[in-house]
Amino acid sequence: MLSRDHFRQAVHATPFHPRTAAANQLNAWHRWRDHTVADAYFDVGMEYNAIRNACAVFDLSPMSKHRISGPDALGFLNRLLTRDAARILPGRVGYCVWCDDAGQVIDDGTLFHLGENLYRLCSQERQLDWLLRSALGFDVQIHEETDAVAALAVQGPTSCAVLRQLGLPGIENLPPFGIRSYPFGSTALMVSRTGFTGDLGYELWVEPDRALLLWDRLFEAGRDHGIRAIGTLALEMSRIEAGFIQAGVDFLPADRAVRTDRTRSPFELDLGWLVDFSKPNFTGRRALIEEQRRGSRYRLVRLDVDGNKPAKDAFIYDSRRRNVGVVTSSLWSPAAKASIALATVEAPWGRPADELYAEIYYQKELRWSRVMARCRVVTGAFYDPARRRQTPAPDR
Amino acid sequence: MTEHWPVIVVGAGHNGLACAALLARAGRKVLVLEAAAQPGGAAVTRELAPGYRVSAVAHLLHLLDPALASELALSRYGLRLAASGLHTVALSGTAPPIVIDGAEIRRGEVSVADRAAFAALMPRLARFARLIARQHGRVPPRLAFGSWREALPALSLALDVRRLGQQDMREFLRIATMNVFDVLEEHLASPLLKGALALDGVLGTRLGPRSGNTVYAMLYRQSGCLGGLQGALGIPLGGMGAVTEALSAAACAAGVEIRCNAAVRSILVAEGRVAGVQLESGETIEAQTLVSNADPQATLLRLLGARHLEAGFAQRVHHIRAVGTAAKLHLALGALPQFAGVTAAELGQRLVIAPDLGYIERAFNPVKYRGFSQEPILEITIPTVHDTTLAPAGRHVLSAIVQYAPYDLAGGWGQGRQPLMNAIMAVLERHAPGLGNLVEHAELLTPADIESQFRITGGHWHHGELTLDQIMMLRPVPGAAQYLTPVPGLYLCSAGCHPGGGVMGSAGRNAARVVLGQG
Repeated sequence: MLSRDHFRQAVHATPFHPRTAAANQLNAWHRWRDHTVADAYFDVGMEYNAIRNACAVFDLSPMSKHRISGPDALGFLNRLLTRDAARILPGRVGYCVWCDDAGQVIDDGTLFHLGENLYRLCSQERQLDWLLRSALGFDVQIHEETDAVAALAVQGPTSCAVLRQLGLPGIENLPPFGIRSYPFGSTALMVSRTGFTGDLGYELWVEPDRALLLWDRLFEAGRDHGIRAIGTLALEMSRIEAGFIQAGVDFLPADRAVRTDRTRSPFELDLGWLVDFSKPNFTGRRALIEEQRRGSRYRLVRLDVDGNKPAKDAFIYDSRRRNVGVVTSSLWSPAAKASIALATVEAPWGRPADELYAEIYYQKELRWSRVMARCRVVTGAFYDPARRRQTPAPDR
Repeated sequence: MTEHWPVIVVGAGHNGLACAALLARAGRKVLVLEAAAQPGGAAVTRELAPGYRVSAVAHLLHLLDPALASELALSRYGLRLAASGLHTVALSGTAPPIVIDGAEIRRGEVSVADRAAFAALMPRLARFARLIARQHGRVPPRLAFGSWREALPALSLALDVRRLGQQDMREFLRIATMNVFDVLEEHLASPLLKGALALDGVLGTRLGPRSGNTVYAMLYRQSGCLGGLQGALGIPLGGMGAVTEALSAAACAAGVEIRCNAAVRSILVAEGRVAGVQLESGETIEAQTLVSNADPQATLLRLLGARHLEAGFAQRVHHIRAVGTAAKLHLALGALPQFAGVTAAELGQRLVIAPDLGYIERAFNPVKYRGFSQEPILEITIPTVHDTTLAPAGRHVLSAIVQYAPYDLAGGWGQGRQPLMNAIMAVLERHAPGLGNLVEHAELLTPADIESQFRITGGHWHHGELTLDQIMMLRPVPGAAQYLTPVPGLYLCSAGCHPGGGVMGSAGRNAARVVLGQG
C-alpha cells in the first residue's frame, strides 16, 4: 500500500540501502526504474574479479517482479510467452521473452514456477500494463510485487561455499535453474540457481524487512571466501562476457518504439530457441511464422574483435566497406582476453564466415584515432566456465 | 458420430442468411445455427399481443442491398413493400408539421430562403451518400498492403472521392467528420426542419447533434437505394420479418439447412484453426469453415475466447464501442391515433419528434451519465396504415424508436423501465392527445432487452457505433476488417463488419465473396 505522500519521493532506496550506502566508498549511484543502485563501490575491476574469482553480491531488488496465480495461470503464460511454459516444472526457472502481435520483443525475463498455479515473472522493465492487458479472457490474478520482495544476486566460484557457510544445507545439489526454500528466522529464504553473470551463482529472495539481516549474515559467512558487494558496472562486464542481452541496450522494447524498424523479433535477437510454434497460439505467433517465411531483417551477433580496443558504439562494415550494423555492447574481456562485442547486423550478414569490420574510434591523451578492426562471429558465450553447470556445485 | 459440415453459419440474422444463401448457391453445403425458435435475428416480426404483430427492432427498410435482393430474387420469395418512398413528418407540438419528401418540402411553415437552401443541400448530401453507398458492396482495403494489387481497393476509394469533382470533394472532406449541428446551422434556419434532419445523424448511435461523426451517420442512413430511389424509406409487407423470411426461403431453396433452437455455446478450435461449434445442448458439430453472424465481440471474446487470439488484437476487439442507446416501443392501439396537425393520409408516413437541435441535445445529455431522456426523441411508424395483416380489423400498431435510453441505466432497468415508459407516453400524449387511452398493450425494449432477446452485445443494433474510427477497414477492428479473423476458418459476416448496421445484407454478401475466395 502506498503512503499518502508517496509522490514526494520519486526514486526510492532499496531494502538493502543502509548496507549498500555504507559500503559505497565512491558514493556512485544511478537510477534503475524507481530505485537507486550502486554503479560501483570501490573499484570496478576488483568487483569484476569478485564475480569471476570469488563471491560477488549484487542488489537486484529493483528487478520488476510480477506474481501470477489462478486456475488459468499456465494458459495465460503460454499465450504470453513464445516458449512452452508447461515445460518449466514446479521448482524451476525458465528464461523467456514475450512479444507484441507483430512478433516484436517487449522484454525478456525469468519465469519462476513457485507452486501449483503460482508463478513469478521477473523482468527489467515494468510489465504490469501489458500483463493485465494480456489477461483478458483468463482466470488469473496478476500483482506487481517488486517492492514486496528484496533480492540479492550471489555470484562467483565461491558463492556455493558462502551459502553453505550461511547455513543452507544441500545447496550444492541445487541444479541450474532450480529453486529451493530454506527457513530464515520466522520467514523463508528462497534461493534460485540463476544469475546474469554466466558463472556459478544464485539469487536470494526474501521479505524486505529481513533484507538487512540477510546482508549481514551473508557477509559474515563470506568473510573467508572473498565476498564483495558489486555495482552495475561490474555486472555489466560479466553479462557481456556471458553473451546475455539487455533491454534498452541490445534491443528496444517494442512498446517503447516509435519507429517500426527499431524493434526486434526473437529470431533477430538469436533467441529463436525460445519460440515454440507447436503451441497453437501465443501473441506474436502469426507474425513470427510470417518472418520465418520471409526471412528476418536483422541478426544479433557475438563478435570477437581484433586488437585490444573496445568497439564501443562501433559501426560494422562488410568487406566492401558497406555499413551493415552497429555494436550495442562491447568490452575488453578480462576472462576471454579479447575485445568482444554484441552487435546487430542486417540480414544476411552475421554468418560465421562473414568478413566483418568494426570502425573503432579511441583516444589516447585526448588524441582521437580510428581503426578498422576485423571481427569474427562466435557462437555461444565468450566465457563459459564449467562450474556454471556443475551439480553438485564446486566450492571454488 | 459427430456431425460434420463444410460451412456453418452461426446466427440466422439477415446477414447470416444472405451469406449462407450465396455460399450454397456457389455449391457449398451450409448449415445455419440459430438460437431462437425462428430465423431472422433482430429482423423479425413478432407478436405483440394476440392478433397484433410488429417489427421487433428495425421498422423501416431503406438500406437493403439492391444487388443482394436481385441476386437472391427476394421478391420471388415473397418480399413485398407495403409502402415505400415514405415522407418524413416532423412534429413540432405547436406549429403545423413540416412534411419532407426527399429534397422537397411538401408543406409546413418554411421560409423561402430555407426552401431554397434545403433544395440545394439535399441533392448534394445525396451525392455524398451515393459515394458511401458505392463502398457498401466492396471488401474494405487492407491498411498495410504489400503489392499494387492489394492497394487497388484503397486507390479506388480515393478515386471515388476525387470523382465528386473539386467543389463536392472539398465539401465532402470538410463535412464528413463534422457534426450535424454545425452543418445544419450553416444552411438552414427552421428549427423543426433542422431537428428532423439531425435525427438521422443520431438515430441508433451514442451521439448527440454536436458530436463529431454525426454527418457521416446521417449520410450513411441516406445511403440506401430502395426501389432505385436514393435514401428512400419503405415498410415491408408483413413487417421486417418478411425480409428474413424471403432470405430464409432463398437460402433453403439453395440447399441451406437452417436449424433453430440451436444456440452456440462456443466455437471450437483445434491446432490453431476452427474445428466446429459446441451447442448449448452440449452437442458438437464439426465444420471446416465457420461464418459468424453474431456481433464481433460476442464471436471473438465470448464464443471463441480471447485465449485463442493474440493479446493486442483481443484488446482491440474488447474496445469496440458498442453500447446501445436506442429503445424500442410497441403499442397495440384500439383505433388510429390522431396526431395534432397530421392528416389521416400522413399517419402512414415516418413521424419524427425532434422539434429542434437543442431538444435532441438535451435528450442526449442524460445518457452520458447513465440516465434516460426525460423528453426523448422518437421515430414513429404506424405500419398498419399500409398493412392490415399486422392487427385485427380497425386496430393498429405503433412502432417507435426511442432515444436516449442507456444500456447500463444507473440503478438498473428493473426500476427504470416504468419511468421511461411514462416519459415516452407523456411526449406522445402531447403530440397525439388521447393516444394513451387507445393503448391496449405496450412493450418497451431497452438496449438491455435487445441484448438478452437478440444476443447482441450491448444491445447496439448496428453491432458497434458507426463512426469514422469504426468503419470500412477499421470495422470491426484492423486485422478482421476483411471478414476473415486471425483464426483460420473463422469469418465474420455481421453488421459489426463493413458496411455496418441496418437491414442491409451487404456484410453477409461481402463475407460470402471472401469465403469463396472472390474477395
